[in-house]
Amino acid sequence: MRGLVTASCLWLVTLCLPASVQAQSAPPVVAAASDLQFALTEAAERFEQQSGHALRLNFGSSGNFRRQIAQGAPFELYLSADESYVLALHQEGHVQDEGVIYAIGRLAWLQSPGTAELDEDNPLAAVEQALAAHQAGERQRIALANPEHAPYGVAAKEVLEHAGLWEATADLHILGENVSQAAQYALSDDVSGGLVAYSLALAPALEARSEHLLIPESWHNPLRQRMVLTNQAGEVAEQFYQWLQQDTGRAILSDYGFVVPQ
Amino acid sequence: MMDWAALSVSLRLAVLTCLILLPLGIWAGRALAYARFKGRGFFEALVALPLVLPPTVLGFYLLMAFSRDAPLGAFWASVFGSGLNFTFTGILLASLVANLPFAIQPIQRAFENIPANLREAAWCSGLSPWQTLWRIELPLVWPGLLSAFALTFAHTLGEFGVVLMVGGSIDAETRTLAIAIYDRMQAFDEAAAALMSAVLLSVSFITIGVVYGLAGRRRRVHG
Repeated sequence: MRGLVTASCLWLVTLCLPASVQAQSAPPVVAAASDLQFALTEAAERFEQQSGHALRLNFGSSGNFRRQIAQGAPFELYLSADESYVLALHQEGHVQDEGVIYAIGRLAWLQSPGTAELDEDNPLAAVEQALAAHQAGERQRIALANPEHAPYGVAAKEVLEHAGLWEATADLHILGENVSQAAQYALSDDVSGGLVAYSLALAPALEARSEHLLIPESWHNPLRQRMVLTNQAGEVAEQFYQWLQQDTGRAILSDYGFVVPQ
Repeated sequence: MMDWAALSVSLRLAVLTCLILLPLGIWAGRALAYARFKGRGFFEALVALPLVLPPTVLGFYLLMAFSRDAPLGAFWASVFGSGLNFTFTGILLASLVANLPFAIQPIQRAFENIPANLREAAWCSGLSPWQTLWRIELPLVWPGLLSAFALTFAHTLGEFGVVLMVGGSIDAETRTLAIAIYDRMQAFDEAAAALMSAVLLSVSFITIGVVYGLAGRRRRVHG
């Protein structure tokens, strides 16, 4: 019994020790908008194959990351879906410079297969259908990211406003904390679909269980996505930052439906 | 598939929370059970508060208190050179606060259940208060200690909101298993989420089961 106690105490001590040691030698932490969930995961894998350096990827809403960086979160590279967050952080002195635009995002209507007829001439036909059904007393929902802090939520709101459907559909909105969660809601029961990042609609993980329609880019302000190195950035983060702007990095982003600037 | 780093963060967090909170729980639980002082109700309410506060509210206040603009955060940064938010130390402190009721309340109830004449008899036999604690009280509150351990351990493993607010889900540092499950769901990786959920469920169930089993055996022996 005594031996068991000693052994478990030793085990506990070893369990607790490496906490600080690990953190020091660990790969850099990257904070990325959730529309990059699949594209950046693939990019990071390729980068690791080529350079031998691993990265720790962290996906979430750009607005939340903007706040966390201002509060001192240990991110070395920040890829925002909205360039204004990067520019604001630069003004406050939390990042090295203004960064660069790495992609322009597109919006898509995403739904479970067969939920509604997809019509290229009227990408929001499914929304109109859901609204009509709702008015007829049926339970209907459409998903989007929270426009309060998620850039794709802002764009989704602009698209609905463009079509004159924002206020009419107010009762139908189900808001994701970020665009990835919105995509998840879009494909769940009792939800007609949602306005989410085109890059997510193209991801292999979603292909089999969804169908989508691209929204015209003139219906919302361009989603100019900017990335920047923070003041804590080390060598690996800087290499990855450069790598993303070169051919392989750009090709991966464009495979996932991003418009990549020249 | 399985996020081993997240499992390790979760276990480290749960073990450290228990190691720090249990001695504190014995001291505070005993004080709340025996000491009659002004404002005792106030302290009991304070201890119980994390039980009813939404994790977002607790997380929000801790996030503010840990920031470098706040006295606590500024003090910490000046002594240790790094901030508390988005660090393992930060989520550990948050976990200590969130678990106060789980560590203290079962121990306090156990102390309250010791008959007063038993402690008086111990004093009459010449045992010092310290000896009374070691030889009489602690063996009697043992089941309370065990359930405080089980609840604190399992609750730390399952804690989500507070850790997410203060820690921000950083791989291998503040991303616990509960948060990794949430992240995998957002990546449409249900298989990994299901596997990690099963691990979390098993560890929690085994912890509580083993501890309640031990406490039950104890009760029969002494009953």
